Amino acid sequence: MNRAAWVRLGLIAAIILALELLCRIGVIDQLTMPPPSEILRDTIVLLASGSMNTAMLKTFLNVVIAFGAATIAGVGLGVAIHGQRRLRQGLEPLFATYYAIPVYAFYPLFIVLFGLGDAPQILIGFMLAVVAVIMNTLIGLDRVSRVLLKTARIHRLGPMRTALHITLPSAAPYLLTGVKLAVAYAFIGVIGAEFIMSNTGVGYEISFAYNNFDNATMYPLILLILVVSIAANSLLSRWEATLMRRRGYR
Amino acid sequence: MSRFHPFSWNGAVLIGVLLIGWQLLFEIAGENAMAPPIATFAYLLQLLATASFWSNVTATAAAFLFALIIALVLGLLIGFALGLHRFSAEVGEAILVSFYSVPKITLYPIVLLAFGIGMPAKIAFGAIHGVVPMAIFTMTAIRTLDPVLLKTAKVMRLAPWAVVRTIIVPSTLPEVFTGLRVSFSLTLIGTLLGEMFGSQRGLGYLLMTAIGLQNVRMIMAVTLLLVLFAASVSVVLIAIDRRLHRATG
Repeated sequence: MNRAAWVRLGLIAAIILALELLCRIGVIDQLTMPPPSEILRDTIVLLASGSMNTAMLKTFLNVVIAFGAATIAGVGLGVAIHGQRRLRQGLEPLFATYYAIPVYAFYPLFIVLFGLGDAPQILIGFMLAVVAVIMNTLIGLDRVSRVLLKTARIHRLGPMRTALHITLPSAAPYLLTGVKLAVAYAFIGVIGAEFIMSNTGVGYEISFAYNNFDNATMYPLILLILVVSIAANSLLSRWEATLMRRRGYR
Repeated sequence: MSRFHPFSWNGAVLIGVLLIGWQLLFEIAGENAMAPPIATFAYLLQLLATASFWSNVTATAAAFLFALIIALVLGLLIGFALGLHRFSAEVGEAILVSFYSVPKITLYPIVLLAFGIGMPAKIAFGAIHGVVPMAIFTMTAIRTLDPVLLKTAKVMRLAPWAVVRTIIVPSTLPEVFTGLRVSFSLTLIGTLLGEMFGSQRGLGYLLMTAIGLQNVRMIMAVTLLLVLFAASVSVVLIAIDRRLHRATG
């Protein structure tokens, strides 16, 4: 680890210590937030009891489905759109304004259309994630060097082998950026939707615990979601950085 | 404005396609699930003529505006502070980026416990969403500032205020504006989420009660209003953004 990473770790430790202190001396009262050490203990108790296993499994499964579908559809659509200049120009305004539109506003509509099951939640996660994948796929394909493609033609590589040996590796860092965003957006979408209205999942359990003043369940669940999403994001960021370096960007 | 012509032409085609798609979806899904475009526009106009609807609109608008101002000012300050010092930027960037990727809705109960249900919680939650992109973009803008410009300023013995006015503001403006644009949409999402989960007024609250009552017309009309607002402001912001980036190369 470099110096910045150590300082970062120290900073986070200091913030947690400060919170602990503020909770212990009563500046932050017990009803608002229990001390971090108690949250940690509650988390271990909660995980050991296994009472949240079904909720966690369901949420993570939905995140994986939303993410997987968004990645496959996003790369597929990106490749399809890339060749069509007219279509791409036509979609330009949609891509540009897409993330300005509050996708959650469509959630009520999806509930009416699909019922209060998993489908609307997955769809929200998918909708948030897919456009990021499409946009990064397009950027990645744009950056594939012309010379490499010409070399492929000179060597008479078929379309499949050109894709495998040249296009895919060249575009990989950008594809990975899209994938990384897709993970984050799938999490945000699914858990947000569970939060707003649903009857299962971690998002629902958090809001249920909130409504019952059950801090011993709420804070551990919040902690879990934060840890999992930050861990997934930093793993992918590290991989992305490695790929970028190997490509000579940086 | 002829330069924007292709963009607006594509936009018009896109809107047409979306409207046709909406109508087709309505034909498939049926009256219980959706309302058709024309009826939704008519209902929205009808709603906009009532005072009670406007009180919800203004509640959302006020919360959003406060949240946006807080997010922008705080983001600028954080971005400036981190951008000026190389090492702090290195430390801070990873924390900001991780925070950006977290589903912030999970933090909402904490915000509610800290602020109580009502306006301050909504504002805080909107600001939490918007502050990070503003900080990241500002930080990057300051860090990528051409050192030659600052050296020139030193050689010419410009006063600190003159440096800010003639060098820092003009050269960071395009990036900072992009931050503002992203921050705008995220703050809107945050404010609405806040209203959907814990609030007694506003458009988010209207959406939630409409779900409870299965009031499809209301859901569609409010969604339409939000999409129209977000998309049209964002089109204007993008146009300004592009112009700024072009002007500075």
